[in-house]
Amino acid sequence: MAEATVQVENVSKIYKRDTMQIPVLMNFTLSIPEGEFLALMGPSGSGKTTLMNLIAGIDKPTSGTVTVAGTNIGALNESQLAAWRSQHIGFIFQFYNLLPVLTAFENVELPLLLTKLSKKERKEHVETALSVVGLSDRMDHYPKQLSGGQEQRVAIARAIVTDPTVIIADEPTGDLDKKSADDILDLLVRLNREFKKTIVMVTHDPHAAEHAHVTRHLDKGELQ
Amino acid sequence: MKNLKLILRNIFRHKLRAILTILGIAIAVMSFGLLRTIIDAWNAGSANAAPDRLVSRHAISFIFSLPLADRDQIKQIPGVKDVTFESWFGGIYKDKNQFFPRLACDANNIFDIYPEFVVSPDDRTAFINDRSGCIIGARLAKDYNLKIGDIVPIDGDIYPGKWQFTVRGIYHGKNPTTEETDLFFHWDYLNEQLLKTQPSRANKVGWYVIKIANPDDAARVSEKVDALFKNSDAETKTETEKAFAAGFVAMSSAIITGLQIVSYVIIGIIFLVLCNTMLMAARERTREYAVLKTLGFTSRKLSVIIFGESIAIGLIGGILGILLTYPVVSGFAIGMARFFPFVNIEPMTVILAGSFALLVGIISGIFPVVRSTRMTIVDGLRTIG
Repeated sequence: MAEATVQVENVSKIYKRDTMQIPVLMNFTLSIPEGEFLALMGPSGSGKTTLMNLIAGIDKPTSGTVTVAGTNIGALNESQLAAWRSQHIGFIFQFYNLLPVLTAFENVELPLLLTKLSKKERKEHVETALSVVGLSDRMDHYPKQLSGGQEQRVAIARAIVTDPTVIIADEPTGDLDKKSADDILDLLVRLNREFKKTIVMVTHDPHAAEHAHVTRHLDKGELQ
Repeated sequence: MKNLKLILRNIFRHKLRAILTILGIAIAVMSFGLLRTIIDAWNAGSANAAPDRLVSRHAISFIFSLPLADRDQIKQIPGVKDVTFESWFGGIYKDKNQFFPRLACDANNIFDIYPEFVVSPDDRTAFINDRSGCIIGARLAKDYNLKIGDIVPIDGDIYPGKWQFTVRGIYHGKNPTTEETDLFFHWDYLNEQLLKTQPSRANKVGWYVIKIANPDDAARVSEKVDALFKNSDAETKTETEKAFAAGFVAMSSAIITGLQIVSYVIIGIIFLVLCNTMLMAARERTREYAVLKTLGFTSRKLSVIIFGESIAIGLIGGILGILLTYPVVSGFAIGMARFFPFVNIEPMTVILAGSFALLVGIISGIFPVVRSTRMTIVDGLRTIG
């Protein structure tokens, strides 16, 4: 069995809203091997987005440890965590979240601005990422000039341009028609197979989940 | 530099809003520059004063006159090189709006005491030889198209009657800031008329201008002059020309203070406008900031982007405002030339205007930066932008 890229151990996450405490995950444990394509399913409020946020290092557990690519990310401070995210996590959002004032090329280039790569090297990386998602001919287009499926492909190019350890996809097909959704899912499968990317995908769609190696169901913070 | 593209694109994301904000800053900076320049112009008289000239006026107010006989006594004081005198004539030329200083003077030595008023020997001789003659400044001549030999009719108010002065010479300023809008005529001519019509006002002058040998001696000579006339009917107050001019300005101190306050209020208003723009922009982009943080941008890098935007808006508006100040001040200088002969934009005004624009840019970026720094990624991503 492959080594675990993501190790979630005894993690609890309790949100505080005024005086109320809302437990979302309690003593949760999960192991995701390297190169796995995992689909997380479950009803709203089941804790799947919280789990995804913890793995991506954009939220911190109340207790327990989250280890990704050998790093206990709970031990990192804000700037260390930001640097870690830029190297190890590629994030795909449901609503693409491209910056409207930047072209497809510039959106994909954003994570590389945090690296020491030269302008020429950045250009090469961006062109490669856009060619992987099949948008080499749309580099100079702004998001509003692209279809939803194309926007999501730009978002995927942005997620892979730094060659991250794990790709986190939050309902990546939730805002797309069936054809575009299938294209995106095929692309994720390709990234997993050809580029050996570990992918964690949160979805409500059983059809989307079928593309993953493993589907885990969460309910009330527990794996079913 | 890597962030510059994003900063510039963000500024003009809402073009109309950006243009209106930048124009607002530009107009505020221009207004600030104009008001500061007016204040400087107001103070210019005292700035141009000569250190070796004293002015002796009536101790109560310069509107009260002094006996002509005082001149000879003042001349006797050690350290005094020469003495001349002037009287404010007032009067109306054409209509009340055509203002320029009209002064009755001692024609024999006025231009010796004021060497910055340069008159050709021929003009000066012609002036001295014509008791109803006058000498006018070059700017005044230009503004009213007056030439040598022309008659300048004045309706007297302080000194009632119809007065006519023949232009016998035109003086030029020695320095660019020398006033060229005065009209000088013979005090003797005025006095002759007063002896006939109002003898009680005759043989009196408005104030004495005393040339001293050593500017360091100003305080001592001033004390001596005032001591000379102490307990007389017309006690004097003698001070340097600079202090005398400053006294005139001080009479308008409420207006100047008002102008200064308004100039700073304008900066305050534009600060609030830019703050509002930046807060609106930051609120709209909360989700984008969260995305940037997700990609690995630290709060510090995000702050650079936000501050960059607010500072750039402030600076673009500031530079535009400073550039606008020059033609506006130029127009003001032409329109108000007789009231404000020296209208120049001082380097300090430009520095202050630019600094305020920069400061407004920096401060208005603070609130959005604090907001984005405190925002967690999870909360930011939940925001519907």
